[in-house]
Amino acid sequence: MALTREQIAMRVAQEFKDGSYVNLGIGIPTLAANYVPKGIEVMLQSENGLLGMGRYPSEAEVDADMINAGKETVTAITGASIFNSAESFAMIRGGHVDFTVLGAFEVDVYGNIASWMIPGKLIKGMGGAMDLVAGAKNIIVTMTHADKHGNSKLLAQCTLPLTGVNCITRIITDLAVMEVADGAFHLKERAPGVAVEEIRQKTAGRLIVEGDIPEMIF
Amino acid sequence: MSGFDKVVTSYDAALQGLDDNMTVIAGGFGLCGIPEGLIAQIQKLGVKGLTVVSNNCGVDDFGLGLLLKDRQIKKMISSYVGENALFEQQLLSGELEVELTPQGTLAEKMRAGGAGIPAFYTATGYGTPVGEGKPVREFNGRPYILEESITGDFAIVKAWKADRYGNCVYRHTAQNFNPMAATAGKITVVEVEEIVEPGELDPAHIHTPGIYVDRVILGSFEKRIERKVLAKEAN
Repeated sequence: MALTREQIAMRVAQEFKDGSYVNLGIGIPTLAANYVPKGIEVMLQSENGLLGMGRYPSEAEVDADMINAGKETVTAITGASIFNSAESFAMIRGGHVDFTVLGAFEVDVYGNIASWMIPGKLIKGMGGAMDLVAGAKNIIVTMTHADKHGNSKLLAQCTLPLTGVNCITRIITDLAVMEVADGAFHLKERAPGVAVEEIRQKTAGRLIVEGDIPEMIF
Repeated sequence: MSGFDKVVTSYDAALQGLDDNMTVIAGGFGLCGIPEGLIAQIQKLGVKGLTVVSNNCGVDDFGLGLLLKDRQIKKMISSYVGENALFEQQLLSGELEVELTPQGTLAEKMRAGGAGIPAFYTATGYGTPVGEGKPVREFNGRPYILEESITGDFAIVKAWKADRYGNCVYRHTAQNFNPMAATAGKITVVEVEEIVEPGELDPAHIHTPGIYVDRVILGSFEKRIERKVLAKEAN
């Protein structure tokens, strides 16, 4: 069975190491904050200028001056810090953020990612995504393996305008966990009950399958 | 102290000298930490042909979106403009030009502009549409693109408190782009929630030193929230 959004987020959260600074994009990546394993502490970075992002506020805690990068009201954890946008992107671009998790339209075997623009549709802007993929140490892409029409999003070469080049190392989809290296996707894990053959079918770019591929464990 | 007293008492005085076709750098992230009264004054002045540098462009009826209504903006330099139907309309009709700029590059363009650095190399945007036509140089085997900094005729900034000398502090994430904007204006105008006397703010806690600030005006703020999201558990 393909994973639900929540299950993808749960699998993403298993990647985090204790003491990691993590930036989570909008959508499935944000959900990962709910599934950080017991005994692991991560600090969330929100690129509008908050390190140590907390939960959403209660009605009484709502403060127009406290928002996250998605412009949602938010709180800060004990020990948080708040800073300006140049400082925020200095820590991103400078490689100080350990993990960035973001969604994508397409990823290819060279680690290129397209996530911000579909020509012919309205262009909303890249926000901080280009800086994040240029700077984070480990970038995890979360997405469905194929689009609604069954077309693979894991390609030999991205067709949409890129967000970044040679930057993606790990992809977690509803079907599989893959690494990107040496011009290929390397299958590491499969969703429970999903056959390697189905993953192969839905991966347009070169896929390397070595040995027995274990199922993800939740 | 009069020579260093930056306080003005009217919005007319705050934006005196603002004219058609000028570049205005504005602080704020979404609707958080925006100089509401200064934006309203730009609308009232009716100046046209503005180039506005700001991470976002407000919403249809608030923030910088107000300046779209009367077609005062010729060009926006922003990282994300997805919240605004009027923006879309003017963009598609060709009335409005937009230069989409990665958020960190935008912040750095303002910072560098204010710091007297005309351009800088960054890996952000290399190999993407953002890098097209820009000089590339390799450092330690990695390609970087050359990005030019930004300065403005005016910078409009929202701070929490300022003293009469223009020393400013910001509150929570309403800080965002404001400190960079403050450094990058030929004339920097700061709209604040509270004006205090020199000495009341701890010198070591000043975010924007008064040297960058030309005018300070006391504002009143609606502080509209774009996306109010509450914790699920009632607490």
